Amino acid sequence: MTSPMQDPNTSFLFGRLTFGALPFHEPILVATFAVVALGGIATVAALTYFRLWGYLWSQWFTTVDHKKIGIMYMILGVVMLLRGFADAIMMRLQQAMAFGGSEGYLPAHHYDQVFTAHGVIMIFFVAMPMVTGLMNYVVPLQIGARDVSFPFLNNFSFWMTVGGAVIVMLSLFIGEFAMTGWLAMPPLSGAEASPGVGVDYYIWGLQIAGVGTTLSGINLLVTIIKMRAPGMTMMKMPIFTWTSLCTNVLIVASFPVLTAVLVLMTLDRYVGTHFFTNDMGGNPMMYVNLIWIWGHPEVYILILPAFGIFSEVTSAFSGKRLFGYTSMVYATVCITILSYLVWLHHFFTMGSGASVNSFFGITTMIISIPTGAKLFNWLFTMYRGRVRFELPMMWTIAFMITFTVGGMTGVLLAVPPADFVLHNSLFLIAHFHNVIIGGVLFGLFAGMNYWFPKAFGFKLDEFWGKISFWFWVAGYWFAFTPLYVLGLMGVTRRMRVFDDPSLQIWFVIAAFGAALIAVGIAAFLIQIAVSIRDRKKNRDVTGDPWQGRTLEWATSSPPADYNFAFTPVVYDIDAWHDMKANGYERPLSGYEAIHMPKNTGAGVIIAGLSVACGFALIWYIWWLAIVSFIGILVVSIGHTFNTKRDFYIPVQTVVDTEARRSKLIESGA
Amino acid sequence: MGRIAATWRGPGPPETRHFMDHRTGNALKRLHLTALLTIPALLSACNAVVLSPSGDVAARQRDVLVASTLLMLLIIIPVICLVVFFAWKYRASNKDATYAPDWSHSTKLEVVIWAAPLLIIICLGGLTWVGTHLLDPYRKLDRISRDVVVTDDHEPLEVQVVSLDWKWLFFYPQYGIATVNELAAPVDRPIEFKLTSSSVMNAFYIPTLAGMIYTMPGMETALHGVINEKGVYDGFSSNYSGAGFSGMRFKFHGMDEAGFEEWIADAQAQDATLDRDTYRDLAQPSENVAPMHFAGVEDGLYHDIMNMCVEPGQMCMDDMMMKDMHTKSGGMDMAHGQHADHGAMGHDGHDHGGQDHKDHGAMGMDVSRNGGEDEMQSDTPEAEKTATEADRRMLHGHGLGGGFMPLFQPDPIQPADTQPNPANK
Repeated sequence: MTSPMQDPNTSFLFGRLTFGALPFHEPILVATFAVVALGGIATVAALTYFRLWGYLWSQWFTTVDHKKIGIMYMILGVVMLLRGFADAIMMRLQQAMAFGGSEGYLPAHHYDQVFTAHGVIMIFFVAMPMVTGLMNYVVPLQIGARDVSFPFLNNFSFWMTVGGAVIVMLSLFIGEFAMTGWLAMPPLSGAEASPGVGVDYYIWGLQIAGVGTTLSGINLLVTIIKMRAPGMTMMKMPIFTWTSLCTNVLIVASFPVLTAVLVLMTLDRYVGTHFFTNDMGGNPMMYVNLIWIWGHPEVYILILPAFGIFSEVTSAFSGKRLFGYTSMVYATVCITILSYLVWLHHFFTMGSGASVNSFFGITTMIISIPTGAKLFNWLFTMYRGRVRFELPMMWTIAFMITFTVGGMTGVLLAVPPADFVLHNSLFLIAHFHNVIIGGVLFGLFAGMNYWFPKAFGFKLDEFWGKISFWFWVAGYWFAFTPLYVLGLMGVTRRMRVFDDPSLQIWFVIAAFGAALIAVGIAAFLIQIAVSIRDRKKNRDVTGDPWQGRTLEWATSSPPADYNFAFTPVVYDIDAWHDMKANGYERPLSGYEAIHMPKNTGAGVIIAGLSVACGFALIWYIWWLAIVSFIGILVVSIGHTFNTKRDFYIPVQTVVDTEARRSKLIESGA
Repeated sequence: MGRIAATWRGPGPPETRHFMDHRTGNALKRLHLTALLTIPALLSACNAVVLSPSGDVAARQRDVLVASTLLMLLIIIPVICLVVFFAWKYRASNKDATYAPDWSHSTKLEVVIWAAPLLIIICLGGLTWVGTHLLDPYRKLDRISRDVVVTDDHEPLEVQVVSLDWKWLFFYPQYGIATVNELAAPVDRPIEFKLTSSSVMNAFYIPTLAGMIYTMPGMETALHGVINEKGVYDGFSSNYSGAGFSGMRFKFHGMDEAGFEEWIADAQAQDATLDRDTYRDLAQPSENVAPMHFAGVEDGLYHDIMNMCVEPGQMCMDDMMMKDMHTKSGGMDMAHGQHADHGAMGHDGHDHGGQDHKDHGAMGMDVSRNGGEDEMQSDTPEAEKTATEADRRMLHGHGLGGGFMPLFQPDPIQPADTQPNPANK
């Protein structure tokens, strides 16, 4: 192949970007663009009118406060959830319509982008940011730290994640996204079968976000290892911190594999190497192996923090110590290690041979043992407890039931003979939505409802929360049970049209389920709006609205910039519960100035330059790629000369802040 | 329910089967509530082909699936019931329930909660090990159905499958014909598929026959199956392969012996033959392609498709590998396409006999043999089989020869009457 460098169809100034790349011919995209543009203009106008740009820049965009960064991750996740879910609705509609000779409403060119984007966005830009956001917010508080180990890196990681999301969103309106499925397997994603910009958007979107994820993994890992409060030995860490630790170990160990495999694919596409091509010694199976060596740990990266959330919630709302803390920790560590030994179960049907398949099938099943142990631990945490059915606990119970079914179908798919008839079918789709929605997403909702009062000082509205909960849970079952059935009827994934009219009813039920989920999402947004409106009524003055057990509940809601005026000392697993039980009194004097990191704009700027560089590489605008890359180097090196990185919060500020808190607590008493 | 009943009702012209006929649809509506409680009933009512296949291999895969599910339900059902029961029993408003806020450890319980899943997984692991080996798609069939064992009298039907953008090409080497998007086989005769792809990956799947297997360019996979009931079944690609993927479907006809002979004779009577030029046209992307029959096939076409040398001037991959084997430098010169220097090895002339090609077809870059040596051995003339171990290692890069990662050594295809060689486990 000719390498893109010599492509005669590119211009110097715009590379291969032309007016033709703008999707004027796609009415759906034009309408979407109009809505997005209007919304964008309105937002920009409002921010300008209320003179909020300066505030946003100095208080949020440049912040190195782990709490604010955590909140921004959550906002990114929710925004991207709307996009990813729009894709889901479009797919469900298409599949419910395209029967009996009907082509549905989406041509292959559009539909194939939609399901690819749905997968990419939901995993990389919804689940990952939200999981990272919760870890970012909660972990330093749970371990009694003032911030993460590398506060600037944290800001930079966040903006790189945003940068990746921006690249993926740009593909909606400029050019196209990949039409390959969410893992962009060659040869389909190779230069020959996918010559357009879609796969390049995919590559650079993930590479830029991947930098953020890897760095944030390193950051949280070091934070948990090095910054725990005195007395908090490893076996006294809260379970959520434990699962975060394991997740970040997985991130640090697996994301480089993704980076490397994408680099190799980039070389194949850009300079004509033959790592994954069909000929010249390339082998696409190598890509499949490598991507799943990252991809399988990735699902545990998502689910482990959710397990942690459920552990915290079950214990707090059962008013009881977590049953089997030690076995919970070992189960988590087992899962972490085993998650590297199972990747081949994603492609039993590539014909690896019986012994290889059995090995990976059995290792996969073995993972269900620690997972099962965890479930029993939650079960026996409720046993002889006083279970309060607040929103986080409701999500947890729904999880336990839903996830158990998903776990069962997962083990079923790990049995190679069963996988040979179910692989790539809608049964598989139902399975992983069962564990990702029923596990990760329910966990995130449990976590958001649980920690929201900590972050903002008021609880989330219960009525709308319950509406959201019931619609999500019912919607999940309506949307995915039919897919299990369809899978057993031999229906494969990623189909755009169907011949057999008897299948249609199942797709209609699934589309109905998706509509229920849409209501659930809307109710969630209303829940947040209503909660902000009623914030006075739902105010949490104590800092401990749920009778929490871990350290984050020891400080105010929302916590002061410095988290804890005095670093807590830990004696027991549930440190805050232990403090309450042993007559802890909040110290009211003896404050000292607090050493804190300073805000910096370097993260936003480097991430912005990275987006420019990625965009230029996608469109072969070489001059821009070179300029922005040099820009990245200059700003990065320049930032190292910035020595004014810290400051002290004066004693008086601490005194005032703590005095305000004392007043607040009195007002509630 | 519906489909099985239809089959039981006896012979008759095979007809296209829908997954749910009108009759069962009504039955389903009536049964809805009870059926929800009995999921298997529901699934057979809507005619889930995976659960009621007509081929013995798929039926055994179904048996493994059902057995595994039942085994897991042993633990899943109690867990779900306990979740509901504990949540209800220990609700905060129930002040009668015992409250033990500091109770958090019980060695006995811990043993149970680790051991119970472990026991299930040990059983399931045994089932998996045996089932996976027995139903390995590379393994020749040992039986036609529950009661009939494969003997030497059962001459397997050989089918070579090529996935193209976006249709299926089937070669019948024993009959010299080829078809597009239509496949037929006599009932109760073992079928041996060899599969490859022209450009991107697909997966060949006839749910009623035997599981799926990927088709990959430049590589060959294999699948063994048998169809036990007459009928017309759906086959399709089950791995997304691009814009025309949805239309990549074909009908698989399970026929009696006479019907199959007739079908072959009909194909042989066609005017069209499949030569390289026809193939090149056929390989161009096209969607929803109607079935085609070809009375004859140019010699060695399948071999050349699999070895990616259909175009004149391309060097076949098996030749390239063989050449590499003799080149100390690991064939760097070949990788750069200077195969003109080695023209004698090339397939430019397409002068090999058909039988020769058939033998070649069995290896190439066989996926199951990516461990390395088997592929070379089978393709190598007798004299070269005596090449020393060290020579062969040179082919695969440092440290990648023989004993490296024995786990990944593939199972050789076994004759029907022998068990897989334990040495390969």
